[in-house]
Order: sequence, then C-alpha cells, then structure tokens
Amino acid sequence: MLDTRYRVEIPGGINLDAQVVGPIPRFFAFAIDLCIRGVIIFVLSLMSIPFGTFGVGGGFFLILLFAIEWLYPVLFEVFWRGQTPGKKALGISVINDDLTPVSLGTSLVRNLLRTVDFLPLFYLAGLVTMLSNRHFQRLGDLAAGTLVISVRESARAAPVPDIEPLAPSTPLLRTEQTSIIDFLQRSPQLSGPRQQELADILEGVTHQKGDDGVRQLHRIGAWFLGLR
Amino acid sequence: MKQHSFEELHQSTWRQIEDSLEKPAQGDNSRILAQNYLLLCQHLAIAKERLYDAALVERLNNLVLALYRELYRYRAETRLNFYAFFKRDFPLAIYRHRYFVLLSFLVFVLPGLIAGAWTFFDEAAVYSILDAPQVRQVERMYDPEARKLGREREADTDIYMFGFYIKNNISVAFRCFAGGMVLGIGTLLVLFFNGMFIGSIAGHLTRLDYVDTFYPFVVGHGSFELTAIVFSGAAGLRLGYALINPGQFTRLDSLRQAGRDVVPLLYGIFLMLVIAAFLEAFWSSSTLLSIEVKYAVGALLWVLVLLYSFSGRRYGSR
Repeated sequence: MLDTRYRVEIPGGINLDAQVVGPIPRFFAFAIDLCIRGVIIFVLSLMSIPFGTFGVGGGFFLILLFAIEWLYPVLFEVFWRGQTPGKKALGISVINDDLTPVSLGTSLVRNLLRTVDFLPLFYLAGLVTMLSNRHFQRLGDLAAGTLVISVRESARAAPVPDIEPLAPSTPLLRTEQTSIIDFLQRSPQLSGPRQQELADILEGVTHQKGDDGVRQLHRIGAWFLGLR
Repeated sequence: MKQHSFEELHQSTWRQIEDSLEKPAQGDNSRILAQNYLLLCQHLAIAKERLYDAALVERLNNLVLALYRELYRYRAETRLNFYAFFKRDFPLAIYRHRYFVLLSFLVFVLPGLIAGAWTFFDEAAVYSILDAPQVRQVERMYDPEARKLGREREADTDIYMFGFYIKNNISVAFRCFAGGMVLGIGTLLVLFFNGMFIGSIAGHLTRLDYVDTFYPFVVGHGSFELTAIVFSGAAGLRLGYALINPGQFTRLDSLRQAGRDVVPLLYGIFLMLVIAAFLEAFWSSSTLLSIEVKYAVGALLWVLVLLYSFSGRRYGSR
C-alpha cells in the first residue's frame, strides 16, 4: 500500500506522525536551489573580475564556489530548521528518521553522498532508490538516516456552521461516531451528489434519503461533536 | 468530554503555542518549551484515545512535531566541542577504522610506487598514464627556472592557488568518500588512479632531475594532504564494507551505522585539507625559503601528523 505516513514513538510517550514527501516536490525544491546557486555564482564571478580572475578575486571565487557546491545545503539544513530556500518554498524539510532535527554530521553525510545519487546522470540512482523504499529516501538519506517530510501547515478544519444538534435514534460505536464527525467536517470539500451518495448508505440511521439524509447526518455529527 | 468542549477548553493555549513557535522568544526558553511539549503530548494522546476527529488530531500532531523539533534543535554551542574533537573523537575514529585506513593506504600507495618506478626507469612510460599536455604542464610547474613553484602559469597570487586547492582537493576527497556507496568500488578507483598519477609524476620528475624543486614543494603540505586522502578512502571503504558485509544487522542498519561512525573522519578530512591547501599555497610555493628549511619543516609536519594519526591507540580497549 502506498502510504506516506511515517510513525515514530517519541519520548513524550506517544506516536508521532509525519508525512514523507516523494520525488516531485523534492525535484522542484532542488531546481529552485539550483537557480539560487546559479545566480549567486554569477554575481560572485562578476564581482571577482575587478580583483583579478587569476588573482585574489579568483581565489575567493573558487573558495565560495566550493562552499556553494558542497556546503550550501548542509549549512541551510542545520541552521535553518532542515530547509534550504527551495525546500522552504515547497514546504518540505529534512529530518532525522527519529523525527529529531538533522545535525551537522547527518546533514554532511546525506549531502556528500549526493554525488552517488547523481550517478549515472541527473539523479537517476537517487530516483530509483527513492522509488524502491517505503519512505522515499535516496542513497544519501539511507546512509545518514534522514527523511524529507512535509511541514506544510495542515488545513484548519472549517468552523462548523450553526446546525441544531440531533441525538441519533440508534446508539453508535465511537469509531462510527468519528466517521460521522469526519463527514460533517469534510462536507465543504465534497460535492452535493457525493454527500448524498454517502449519506444514503446510512439510511438505516437517519431514516431519510437524499438531501434530507445529508442534513440529518450533519445534525447527528454536530451532536457527537458536543455542540449544544 | 465531547470534542467541542475539549477544543474550547484548550483553544487559547494552542493558539499561544502556535504563535510562540512562529516568533520564538529570545534567550533560553527551554523550560517553557519543555512544559508546552509535555502538555501537548498529553492533549494529543487524549485526542487519539477519545477518537476525536482527524483534523484535530492532525493539528495537535503537527504542533507536537514542531515543538519536538524545536526542543531538539541543533545548537552549535552545545554540540561543537573542538577540544574533544581534536583530543579524542578524530583520533578515535581513525583508530576504529584502522583496517580501512590500512587498505586505503595500500590501494593508494602501491599503484603510486609501481607507477613511480616505471616512469623513473622508462622514459615513455609517463605518456601511457598522462597525456602529453598534462606532462608538459607538470614539467613547467616544477621547472627549476620557475619563479614560483607548483603553479599554473596564469595564476598570479597565492590566494588564487589557495582557492584552487580548496576547491579541487576537498572535492576529490569528498568524491572519494561518496564512491564508497557503490560497494566501495568508487573509492577504490579514486584511490588507485590518484595514487598512480601522483606516483607517475614523481617518477617522471625524478628522472628529469627536478628533485630540488619537486620534493621540497610537496613534502610540507603532502603530510596533511596525502594522509587526508587516505582517511577519506577509509571512510568510503567503511560505507562499502557495511553494504557488503552487514554482519548481524540488516544492510540498511549497517549502512546507517557506518554513516554515523565516519562523521568525525569527514570533519577531520575537511580540516586537514584546508590546512594542506594553506600550506601548499603560501608555504610550499615559496622560492625564498631554502630547500633545507623546507625539508626540515616538512619532516616535522610528517612526524606530527603521523603521531597524531596514531594517537587514537590509547583508546584501544573500545
């Protein structure tokens, strides 16, 4: 089953979930970073010319080139909450596989091994590795023990509209109650016919069909939520 | 308690914590952070246990995750300990990887010696290893008539060469390490070919009797540079070996363990190569210093580097 949920038991005594992200957002994040690096290198090369291409200017340019090639991702990931600018734009972040933030060592390993992920060209090895394990880890991630997860703000549940709650005629299990609450909260994202289709399944509970059934189910959902 | 009442009861606390995460307070806020973290863990556990709906659980989950990450954020001031690194961590890492260091040393040095002997005795041999423009360039760099040693003709300052050495040498070392991921084959190739190139150049220049320019130039920075390349090979081989023979671990766990273990080596390689680049650009290239001084300092540096490299033995019981 394709499931992007990654679960870890943390010292707080609970299971914490994170959503790992696949190759597509990571590709875009990388592309953005590549552009940023390109622009920096271009500006630096212009700035270094007056100081001598093979002199002091050229020397500093080479050092900065080295830093941008190898250290750019490391420094951003360690000191900027696991995000390079590209990753920040895409709302993704690098994290250790125990969901603690990446440290200097792990980030260094995962980024030095980029060289191998790039092989034979255009990150083919990285892509193949990413697609052949559960958590979309490329080779560098596997060696360093890191993941890339989504840190997008979760969509806040829309405030429940004013509905008059209604006690259901039949007692329901907690899991059934939760499904009805979820139905109520997700209904803004569902089309009318789809809502009716779903509500019709529960005709035995609501004793109504079609639009009336949907309304009835919303009222029951409001009751289970604890609205009075 | 119904979900609605639960949310009403804690809504303001959650908002407050969310805001504080966006704008972290100055100074030490670890106590508040820890309190919030424990509180939110409890709320999340309650929400899950009582089967509150998915949106609320997700919100609390993300909040706990954010607090957790903030709590365990990388703090350079507590993690980076230079004294402990130089005194213990780096030598210990070398010691624990001693068999990989040995293998890396052999794969680097043996082809070098063979290629060196071959080019020394056979005039044409160097052209089987390097192409003609490369040979001419090397000859020009160590020509006894040269104003500055070991340098491209265009380069007109030491700082340029410093940048050049930083970029090239450290990139080679990093690639040498990364090649270990391909079952160690990449690392072996980098070591083998670099050893062979260096050996053939040395043999060829010795045959040309450029001895007084070549050896005083390389002896100083060579101590740090060649040793660092051997260490980067050891780090790469460790990765490769972890994949080939994971022992009682799964291949994945074994690789991860290796990835953690080689980190001090990587730091050390980086620092050693920065030192090497500095020496190579500002010390080795100087024509003002006499050959005797260069040999003396070079020998001293070699002794120090080797003594340091073996100093991890005192932690031998680990």
